[in-house]
Amino acid sequence: MEQTYIKAINIALHEEMRRDENVFIMGEDVADLGGAFKATEGLLAAFGEERVIDTPISEALIVGAGIGAAVLGMRPVVEMQFADFISCAFDQIVNMAATLRYRHGGKAACPLVVRAPSGAGVHGALFHSQNPEAWFTRVPGLKVVAPATVYDAKGLLKSAIRDGNPVVYFEHKRLYRSIKEDLPEGDFTVPIGVAEIRKEGGDLSLITYGGTLGPSLDAARIVEKEDGLAVEVLDLRTLLPLDREAVLATARKTGKVLIVHEDRLTGGIGGEIAALISEHAFEDLDGPVRRVAALDTHVAFSPPLEQTILPDTNRILEAIRGLAAY
Amino acid sequence: MDITKDKLLEMYRSMQRIRHFESKIRDLATANEIPGFVHVSIGEEASAAGICAALRKTDRITSTHRGHGHLIAKGGRLDKMMAEIYGKRGGYCKGKGGSMHIVDFSLGILGANGIVGAGLPIATGSALAAQVAGRDDVTACFFGDGASNEGTFHESLNLASVWKLPVIFVCENNGFGEFTPMRTVTSVSDIAVRARAHDLPGVIVDGNDVLEVFKVASEAVARARAGEGPTLIECKTYRWEGHVVGEAAILGEYAYRSKEEVDSWKLKCPLIRFEKWCAENKKIDAGELQRIVTETEKELDEAIAFARSSELPAASEVTDDVFA
Ligand SMILES: Cc1ncc(C[n+]2csc(CCOP(=O)(O)OP(=O)(O)O)c2C)c(N)n1
Repeated sequence: MEQTYIKAINIALHEEMRRDENVFIMGEDVADLGGAFKATEGLLAAFGEERVIDTPISEALIVGAGIGAAVLGMRPVVEMQFADFISCAFDQIVNMAATLRYRHGGKAACPLVVRAPSGAGVHGALFHSQNPEAWFTRVPGLKVVAPATVYDAKGLLKSAIRDGNPVVYFEHKRLYRSIKEDLPEGDFTVPIGVAEIRKEGGDLSLITYGGTLGPSLDAARIVEKEDGLAVEVLDLRTLLPLDREAVLATARKTGKVLIVHEDRLTGGIGGEIAALISEHAFEDLDGPVRRVAALDTHVAFSPPLEQTILPDTNRILEAIRGLAAY
Repeated sequence: MDITKDKLLEMYRSMQRIRHFESKIRDLATANEIPGFVHVSIGEEASAAGICAALRKTDRITSTHRGHGHLIAKGGRLDKMMAEIYGKRGGYCKGKGGSMHIVDFSLGILGANGIVGAGLPIATGSALAAQVAGRDDVTACFFGDGASNEGTFHESLNLASVWKLPVIFVCENNGFGEFTPMRTVTSVSDIAVRARAHDLPGVIVDGNDVLEVFKVASEAVARARAGEGPTLIECKTYRWEGHVVGEAAILGEYAYRSKEEVDSWKLKCPLIRFEKWCAENKKIDAGELQRIVTETEKELDEAIAFARSSELPAASEVTDDVFA
């Protein structure tokens, strides 16, 4: 049946809660209202108030209480209403959750999922538009995923819930209702740490994830038609741990790599990928590794500014053509 | 306490400016003429008006995501606010901040704020700066009942109490944090009680009675100026509109509260209440109040004209103002 991205998240939560009674939900407005974006709709009615919990506006507590429950064997899925507020819970995520297993000599696990609706394009201004994944992609002990498709939204969330480690799950809020796919029913998972080729090609590799997969595929199709260029599009799906083999394989195959993300340029995961490729696939490169990302500024409110800041199909097209001609 | 006629007129003008401005932006947002998330405080005007009337120009405020009222009451210009909400260059933040981040340092407005609870430590620091500089300026910090569950609330009250900082913590308790009723997530039914934990005075006031708010605020301001430390004022009030304009399209009408409840609060309109009081006490005649309404309508029309005619920022401005 055709489903939206947000519905896929909702279905995954329903199925996992049914499968494992240790799974429970906490966050602001998640119970009675079913979430500000409706991701948790229907869960309260299905599973009751002990497993679907409205919290106060207390992000550090929401994550921290999740950690406390997780070490005792529960599988909390906590929601940051907007990914921008995750910084209020930063200490609990990077100091507490991420290090827990290591500092206890492997004696404890922290199977916590932090859901974080991220991304711009809704004129939400500086504090309702962020893509804060790079704060977390350098923290050992954390896993970071960012689904770009309806199928992955469901499959990666299920994997995250079943994982024995803390997972930050970035869901792009612009995708919530803008993409629809035929979603197979029933139980399936998408493995964490495995990228996926969305379009094969031999001329140039485009590596992306999350909100920029759509515009990247659009651009790839346009250059295919107009320029006869075969662009291979690799969707990372997981940002930590990175699927290094998939990244290096496509780089070696085409010799030209463009990385696209909606997160900012400086310090974004694109830099890490570029370094990886230059370290391990240098001999195979036929051009510089290039990046298209948000400008190094804050997401401004005014729509024309916001549009300028964010990568879009046109900027990606230009970059593909520039790199192809190199 | 005898309130001068000028003060009464000032407070009424503030409430009318807030009501007019926010009713307009609610309509504009509904009609998609302005982008983004807009939170209005219609029904809560008396707390902003009463608190700010007790402040002087060099005093400061911090505000919230629901901040238009606070900014207007502190003297914010409707034209520059409107232009900001339109995302125009003529706006207070050159179009970069939008509704949730309007600021005017020249008026002591340290900013609306899209992060719940973020204003509390900033207000505390502003009060600290006044204390260190040996000035008797006061800072009023607006926040909601929901924000009082953030750690920053408790951290700020504690320090302000320890150092006897000249800050007034103003909790506008409208009974909801977004769509969640306060009682389901809050340990107390009166936020003012939390002052006790940090050993400062906590006062409850009818937040729809601008005169009472002004009186309580004046006492708190006097204490703060005299170096006697902070006060927590809880204004009991209610927001008539949704948490965010347009929410009903996603959630449905009356998804988390009843029509009866909303209607019952509309009967407690702070503006009508003030008008009645004026008539009953023969303080200000209706014609004089009507003149304020007429002037406000004109100011608002001019503000919209200014906003519409102001230019959009140019793409080249995106990286301006990142650094000093
Ligand atoms: C740190 C943070 N958490 C959550 C939010 C989302 N949010 C915006 S307003 C709001 C409710 C605030 O309630 P309250 O403080 O009572 O103010 P009110 O909206 O009632 O005026 C929430 C949860 C946010 N903006 N910032």
